Amino acid sequence: MSFTVPDDLRYLDSHEWVRVTDDSARIGISDFAQDELGDVVFVDLPSEGDDLTAGDDFGVVESIKAVSDIYSPVSGTVTAVNDDLADRPELINEAPYGDGWLIEVDLDDENELDDLLSAADYEDQIA
Amino acid sequence: MSLRQPPLAAAHADSGATFTDFGGWEMPVEFDSIRAEHESVRESVGRFDVSHMGQVTVGGPDAERLTNRLVTNDVADLDPGESCYAAIPDESGVMLDDTIVYRLPPGWPDDSDFLFIPNAGHDAEMTDRWTSHRDDWDFEATVENRTESFAMVALQGRDARELLAPETDADLSDLGRYETAMADVAGVETLVARTGYTGEGGYELLCPWDDAETVWAALECQPCGLGARDTLRLEMGFLLSGQDFDPDDEPRNPYEAGIGFAVALDHEFVGRDALERVDAEGPDERLRGIKLIDRGVPRHGYAVTTADGDPLGTVTSGTMSPTLGAGIALAYLPTERVDPGDLVRVEIRGEPKKARITTTPFLDR
Repeated sequence: MSFTVPDDLRYLDSHEWVRVTDDSARIGISDFAQDELGDVVFVDLPSEGDDLTAGDDFGVVESIKAVSDIYSPVSGTVTAVNDDLADRPELINEAPYGDGWLIEVDLDDENELDDLLSAADYEDQIA
Repeated sequence: MSLRQPPLAAAHADSGATFTDFGGWEMPVEFDSIRAEHESVRESVGRFDVSHMGQVTVGGPDAERLTNRLVTNDVADLDPGESCYAAIPDESGVMLDDTIVYRLPPGWPDDSDFLFIPNAGHDAEMTDRWTSHRDDWDFEATVENRTESFAMVALQGRDARELLAPETDADLSDLGRYETAMADVAGVETLVARTGYTGEGGYELLCPWDDAETVWAALECQPCGLGARDTLRLEMGFLLSGQDFDPDDEPRNPYEAGIGFAVALDHEFVGRDALERVDAEGPDERLRGIKLIDRGVPRHGYAVTTADGDPLGTVTSGTMSPTLGAGIALAYLPTERVDPGDLVRVEIRGEPKKARITTTPFLDR
């Protein structure tokens, strides 16, 4: 089975991705992660204005069979939360890099991005 | 310790299933998606490999007396080709396991009279229980653990009959609930039982271990894993041995567990006197259904409290119900403090989530 790993994203080894545009960063979980979890039925996300620290857990994604902590690839302040997931958590299964995104943050330090995995490195990890 | 594998292990691996350790068996937990598998069974039909369930046969002049003295239901009432649900209690009434006892139908290929189905991983223990009591009571009976001689396939859902009918010479229209018949299924000599654990109609098919693939392949429909089996049984409030009751971790009697209907106090069995007292006084705690009003997924081990945060009990089984789209759970709660309809809280990661006590099943079936 092969999984989608978009080139333009950076990854954590715990299967979160971050997409940086200007100084905002969108965070989600990878195609591999959603497949491992199976049907996502619930998400617990922070609120706008909450501060995140790179490497710390900031929420939970639950499937029927498992509860999984999600970790922040970067430090920053939450500027947006994907409210659609409250009613349609299955968006994470359907479009993990699209409508199934989790949160957006205002980055504290862009240099943190250098510590993350490239698409090629992440692909090696899940191979 | 290496895991036991069902005869269909290779076929499941080929079809892309993911596996889990369950009761010492490496079993498929998911083929496609738990939700899709669940919906197939609720809306049309699905097939399950349940070869991890135990099979123990009992024969000889005292087969009935022996079996009847070790289970809560009265198997003397069964005609050949009938079966019943029962608990297997110890002397104090605590459930060691739950089971279906079949009085074998005409045509069964050997001289066994009864077959019972212990849960996964309980087959050796229950075989020992039958043999040691047989010896203690000086009964004449043969007891055989046949778990690795038979495969078991469950075909569940409203379209099960339509799917099975062309593959068998059994008269399915004549087969009532909990009834069995020996029949040819896809050329394989099979015990066809109208039983199951999903709340839907359907069949459980017991066939020789080596013929499992023939039977499985003939019943072409959605394959379902233990994940869907769990959400389906939980929507019905059916017990999971080892989780909703367990002699070590969750010692419970049948009245607490809500299966008093499977206890026939008018026959002699180990644990009867203890259970008669429980029945007379009423259990202090009872397994209740809990349906979440707030969003969240209740799971095994989560605390159940009053609205004020006073502890009431602990979730034994919980999930997100695919059919209801709400969190559902089972928990033993004090009978004097909680009634169906009451509002409680389930604590999920430190957050009290509002929930309502309900009667089970959670679904009308």
